[in-house]
Amino acid sequence: MEILMILTGGIIITVAVYLLMTRSILRVVFGIIMLSHGVHLLILTLAGLEEGAPPLLTENADAYTDPLPQALILTAIVISFGVTAFLLVLAYQTNKAHDSDDLEELRGNADE
Amino acid sequence: MSLFHFVVLAPFLMAVILPFFYYKFRSIHTGWFLLPLPLVLFLYIATYIPFGGGGMEPVIYSVPWVPSLGIDFTVYIDGLSLLFGLLITGIGTLVVLYSIYYIANKQDEPLQNFYVYLLMFMGAMLGVVFSDNLIVLYVFWELTSLSSSLLIAYWFHKEKSRYGAQKSMLITVSGGFAMLAGFAMLYVIAGSTFSIQEMISQAGTMVQDPLILPAMLLVLAGAFTKSAQFPFHIWLPDAMEAPTPVSAYLHSATMVKAGIYLVARTTPIFGLTQQWFWILVIFGLVTLTWGSISAVRQTDLKGILAFSTVSQLGLIMSLLGMASAALHFEYVDQDTMYVTAAMAAVFHLINHATFKGSLFMAVGIIDHETGTRDVRLLGGLMTIMPVTFTISLIGLAAMAGLPPFNGFLSKELFFTASLNAASFDIFNLQTLGFIIPVFAWIASVFTFVYSMMMFLRTFTGAFKPDNYEKHVHEAPWGLLISPIVLGSLVILFGLFPNMLAYTIIEPAMQSILPGLTSVGDQFYVNIYHWHGINAELLMTIGVVLFGLAVALTLPKLYGAGFFQRERDPLNAVYDTGLDQLVVQSQNITKAQMTGRLRDYMLYMGVFIAGLGLFTLFRYDALAISLEGQGGIPIYVWLVTGVLLACTLALPFVSGRMTNLILLGAVGFLIALLFVILRAPDLALTQLLVETVMVVLILLSFRHLPEMTKESKRLLSTSAKAVVSIAVGTFVTLTALSVHAYRSGADITPISDYFVENSKTLAGGYNMVNVILVDFRGLDTLLEVLVLGVAALGIVTMIKLRMRGGEDV
Amino acid sequence: MKTNFVMLHTVTRIVSFIILSFSVYLFFAGHNAPGGGFIGGLMMAGALVLLYVSFDMDRIKKVLPIDYTQMIGLGLIIAILTGLNSLVFGDPFLTQYFDYFQWPFMGEVELTTALPFDLGIFLVVVGVALLSILTIAEDVS
Repeated sequence: MEILMILTGGIIITVAVYLLMTRSILRVVFGIIMLSHGVHLLILTLAGLEEGAPPLLTENADAYTDPLPQALILTAIVISFGVTAFLLVLAYQTNKAHDSDDLEELRGNADE
Repeated sequence: MSLFHFVVLAPFLMAVILPFFYYKFRSIHTGWFLLPLPLVLFLYIATYIPFGGGGMEPVIYSVPWVPSLGIDFTVYIDGLSLLFGLLITGIGTLVVLYSIYYIANKQDEPLQNFYVYLLMFMGAMLGVVFSDNLIVLYVFWELTSLSSSLLIAYWFHKEKSRYGAQKSMLITVSGGFAMLAGFAMLYVIAGSTFSIQEMISQAGTMVQDPLILPAMLLVLAGAFTKSAQFPFHIWLPDAMEAPTPVSAYLHSATMVKAGIYLVARTTPIFGLTQQWFWILVIFGLVTLTWGSISAVRQTDLKGILAFSTVSQLGLIMSLLGMASAALHFEYVDQDTMYVTAAMAAVFHLINHATFKGSLFMAVGIIDHETGTRDVRLLGGLMTIMPVTFTISLIGLAAMAGLPPFNGFLSKELFFTASLNAASFDIFNLQTLGFIIPVFAWIASVFTFVYSMMMFLRTFTGAFKPDNYEKHVHEAPWGLLISPIVLGSLVILFGLFPNMLAYTIIEPAMQSILPGLTSVGDQFYVNIYHWHGINAELLMTIGVVLFGLAVALTLPKLYGAGFFQRERDPLNAVYDTGLDQLVVQSQNITKAQMTGRLRDYMLYMGVFIAGLGLFTLFRYDALAISLEGQGGIPIYVWLVTGVLLACTLALPFVSGRMTNLILLGAVGFLIALLFVILRAPDLALTQLLVETVMVVLILLSFRHLPEMTKESKRLLSTSAKAVVSIAVGTFVTLTALSVHAYRSGADITPISDYFVENSKTLAGGYNMVNVILVDFRGLDTLLEVLVLGVAALGIVTMIKLRMRGGEDV
Repeated sequence: MKTNFVMLHTVTRIVSFIILSFSVYLFFAGHNAPGGGFIGGLMMAGALVLLYVSFDMDRIKKVLPIDYTQMIGLGLIIAILTGLNSLVFGDPFLTQYFDYFQWPFMGEVELTTALPFDLGIFLVVVGVALLSILTIAEDVS
């Protein structure tokens, strides 16, 4: 199970990194969303997927899955939501200011 | 914390409250509130002087600061630090008094800044001289550079002030960095201690270490930049843009002597090497000569004094070099042959502070009252400013080395020391030693010449009222008190030098040359004017005669090229160096900063993958464990299969709606995976976030055009593909290795604590939620804070529109 | 010209009510079952977004005159105050307490200080989600 999840996570991250290097600003935002998906999956997997009940004491089980990475990822999901919302607005405001969503055209710095 | 720690801290504490005084009592000059502090400190430090003459026992007080790194705030009070402490607070008191009259309490004069910087400097300087710990010393050392630079730039509206401040900062701070590296080496050599006294106690073994030479050079880089030794002296003349009280205090009496202090302090460690002797003597003599010759061609009074200070610092530096030779000899009763240099160094240090301080103040008065410091405009001030004239005369005579002033005594001692050094039978001195007295004599001639010129061109000749913008008259008494006090000391120390002998000089000598006398014994110190007709006296007479001849012929040569180039030729090196630094850094930055997001991502990707993969293979960390991978249910294969299909399709589809659908599918499938992996909270959160996110993205589509077509060029596409696959591979391999390690080793997860305690300690059954709101509550609190900030960012970005055309 | 979505509106009325109640349930269940401030807040945000999407913005604003910026601030303040509460008892910041009480009709009920803390989180999450969405939606240019 772990190997399968690790490979899935790796492929998601590969695609995410590819998207980060594309020209369209929206694709870059999508890349970031994908990156966090991949990372979440990996964190959960690396903590171990041994059989065990969900981390609810009401289950009265002998073993539970590790609650700590789950708490971490829950936080991360919400944060990445906030960041993505911010990035989206940043993206469309950039587009509005420069009338382009093409990062090749948007390049340039004040010094030049 | 002993009371003495507060001596060092008091100026800083005062600096905190001083601005309140400034704003509260606007009509009273802020300096008055400050004045008692250095005076009280001076009197308190003076209680440590061994008035009985029975030698001085060093006192040590220690407070742990960072004990794990061996950094303690230790104050160490011995002869040397006592001498400097008295100089800093004593001259400090006079300078503060002087500044009250020098800098008027005008509306647009930021007095609070001036005095806060000054206090910062005073505290830092006290910290430097009283710290026994090298790291603490370093911190204070850099603080003196900082406050000095701030004080130079006090009138920051002037271009030259800013230039001078930047120059002094760059030179002294880079020297300080070198010194820090030297300290680190000393720490290693001494076997993990930063305490100077502990290092001195094992100096014999330390000099055997091959690292001692680089350590010495680095420490000297710090000392030489601070004490304006050739070729680093170029910052000092430009530092003269500071208000004159600052020049008198920092750039002649105290801060520039910090380098001298450090050299004197570390002499017991480094002094055992031959290189120490020669480096100090040669750099000292070159500085001495270069400074005195450069001073002759200055037309600005402060310029003359600046180069004169450079040259006098070189003199003391060379004396300290000669003093280190004494460590190789036995000290026999009352035989001052080897220790004269140390005696002369300490004595001249005091004398220089008194006469140069009074001269700077006198020049400040002239500048204040006439509005110019240009010797070509000045002249005939003797009758108009009689008090200033008298003070200057005393100071100049002492500087030129004329009896009966203290400068004469220390100059005689300097000659004696240099003649002695030439006769030592170590370090090839028998053959090379003769250059020391020769250089000493040449430099003294020029010292005499510039002192004479300063006197003749300022005070004699005809007074031309047209040269001045204001009515010239004698300064108010407030300005005159401080230079008068210093001038009186010049005479007092000249007439009764032995009042310093066993109170100040001998204890300081004990710090420079520890262990030469047996415990309880003292060096023999007796300074007097008449030694009979000997080589030193003849040298002085030669200096006076030759100097007079030069000084009287010089006015005919003012047109010559030598006098036209007032600026030090070494400045060109600094200026071009600085310009090139900026230009080259810009070139380097421009070469990589393409402004293209893709390139930056590419750099990061290449770096992460390269470094990660290299480490994985270099340290043989790669491991794959295939244990227990069987029995994956068919629905997991199904979910993962669809998930991967959606993921891999993402880069290939072009429409933004298709992209969004795929992205949403990935999100919901991940949520499904969370369910399979038994994380109900995560699954719920992921589902809900994905829903809200889709709404958000759809909304933002209104404002965005259809996605730009990706370039179809094979090169860029394949580069992106290679880098992303490399990063992906690195991540996968690392994860696999971590997994292999984890299943191989027997690790108890830290989460067992939460499993066991979430019911008993927090009263909750849902461990994830209990961790979030109870065990790690602060993390959650800060997380929602981040969320709030992100939302506010969104609102601001939309409500406060960016104007088009602006670089965003 | 206004289109009339009778079906949508009717369904929304019923569904959003169910989601809203469920979000409140999730919030309270959080300590002992899946749920809590984050999840409850997101669920509530989803329900409100549904309302905004199916009806027009002005009408919902009239019914729910909520300033979501203030909601974020309020949530943060509640969370911080519950944290400060423990300082009074000499414990570190954010120490949570709980106890069991007997209530009429409801029997034994556990009360924790984690609940108001979670309420703070809940408010912030709802505020952030709706503030972002509404600001983007209102941005016409």
